[in-house]
Amino acid sequence: MYNEKTRSVGMKVFLNVSGLLMFFGIWELVVALGLISEKKLVAPSAIFMTFIDKLTNVVPDGNTIIVHTLTSLELVLIGFVLSCLIGVPLGLLMGFFKPANRFFTPIFEIIRPIPPLAWIPIVIVVLGIGIQAEAFIIFVAAFVPCVINSYTGIQATSKTLLDVAKTAGASKTQLFFKVGIPSALPMVFTGIKISFGSAWATLVAAEMIASTVGLGFMIQQGRNAVRPDIVLLGMSVIGLIGAALTGLLSILEKKALPWRNLK
Amino acid sequence: MTEQPKVSAQRLTKKFGDLLVLNDVSFDIKKGEFVCLVGPTGCGKTTFLNLLVKLTEPTSGNVLIDGVPADPQKHNMSFVFQEPSTFPWLTVEDNIKFNLEIKKIEKQEIQKRTEHILEMIGLTEQRNAYPGQLSVSAEQRIVIGRSFAMYPDLLLMDEPYGQMDIKLRYYLEDAVLKLWRETESTIIFITHNIEEAVYLSQRCLIMTPKPTTIKASIENPLPYPRNVSAPEFIKLREQITDMIKWW
Ligand SMILES: Nc1ncnc2c1ncn2[C@@H]1O[C@H](COP(=O)(O)OP(=O)(O)OP(=O)(O)O)[C@@H](O)[C@H]1O
Ligand SMILES: [Mg+2]
Repeated sequence: MYNEKTRSVGMKVFLNVSGLLMFFGIWELVVALGLISEKKLVAPSAIFMTFIDKLTNVVPDGNTIIVHTLTSLELVLIGFVLSCLIGVPLGLLMGFFKPANRFFTPIFEIIRPIPPLAWIPIVIVVLGIGIQAEAFIIFVAAFVPCVINSYTGIQATSKTLLDVAKTAGASKTQLFFKVGIPSALPMVFTGIKISFGSAWATLVAAEMIASTVGLGFMIQQGRNAVRPDIVLLGMSVIGLIGAALTGLLSILEKKALPWRNLK
Repeated sequence: MTEQPKVSAQRLTKKFGDLLVLNDVSFDIKKGEFVCLVGPTGCGKTTFLNLLVKLTEPTSGNVLIDGVPADPQKHNMSFVFQEPSTFPWLTVEDNIKFNLEIKKIEKQEIQKRTEHILEMIGLTEQRNAYPGQLSVSAEQRIVIGRSFAMYPDLLLMDEPYGQMDIKLRYYLEDAVLKLWRETESTIIFITHNIEEAVYLSQRCLIMTPKPTTIKASIENPLPYPRNVSAPEFIKLREQITDMIKWW
């Protein structure tokens, strides 16, 4: 069928794909023409070969790319899910109930400006070296956007809609669950997406905590072994998985909020 | 002994900072009465309804429902707000059920009323649509249906039919009269349309601004259903129009 809609979808895909092709094409060309030495920058095709190799080869970092990736995913998911489970309800409560706001805001405002990486030394002392410490760093990074977006989202609840429920006799709890939360959901989702981005972006830093496996560790080892192909492979996998999971979250969001973007 | 009024405003005064919106306003509305509030824009009609349902507090004076301050959890009242107020995340059907679910009415009864209301507002086929997919007038019909579904004792309507075309407007004017007859509710209806006020109400309260007071309360004894082209109807409409010409 050729109509406005398929045409614009086709155009979108075309632009997406040609953007990617150009990016990787220029990269490949720069290396092939010798503009940048192969020792410094590895071509995409070479990275792909390293990827195939790392599916089975455990040198120099002790594990296959699959093991590194799964370990990293698990780590990020733990930190990210925890931050959503705690951050979203906290933000919603703070945004809706004044006493909760007064109680939590000062603590939150003090914690908020501390960069996640600044937690590393104290976290190692308290939690020791290992997955808990790493997950905690990721948790801290993902927590702040969850809280802020849920908070702002529920504060923006339409006064008229609250009044509708109030005059119908809704209790404060009903107002929270039946009006506040649903109207905050789009912002909550945005927060969750930003959180995921922060969590994933903090991965390499978190895995500097003397871990022995994971994409961050693999990048470190690649650097020590002067293997730019491994460093770039690690970066590429982080980029691709990050983009894929963000896309997945967007799909989930569309499913969960069918009433958005109707017109 | 006179019957207790449904709504009683006693020396009601409301200021927003230095702005005096209502100045010492007093009046009663009887149980089961249909009253239209008419007044120029910004004279405090909406403010009055907000005071009545306790969405704002008066600066002084009192406004009572059944002799006590409004309590939405006890009083069965419903408010059609002036600005759009559908819940965008609920379907047409769930919007209509919203107030009934708040009131914890029995499921079967909710369904029965919802079918009836969907039919009345002509949105049965769009029951699973979201308000964002419908026209402004359809959205307003959802709001009206949501209010009617409560079979309220006290129904407050703030310029509810402003967005409607004439045909729909006539239809919904008759719908509110039907609801009024069937549920014996008390209705306060705000409108800028004098013909509408004369067509609907038993009494018109005319407000004048700066600061707002009730200038006149005009009884309308014409029997229902009213004929907008009858001489008595036109006479009354002209009389009220004359009174407000000098705003
Ligand atoms: N929350 C508020 N804070 C300050 N001023 C307000 C507030 N609400 C209303 N006002 C002012 O009070 C006056 C009366 O407003 P109100 O909305 O009651 O008028 P209205 O009669 O309903 O007008 P309209 O016919 O345009 O709906 C206006 O001058 C308005 O600006
Ligand atoms: Mg108004």
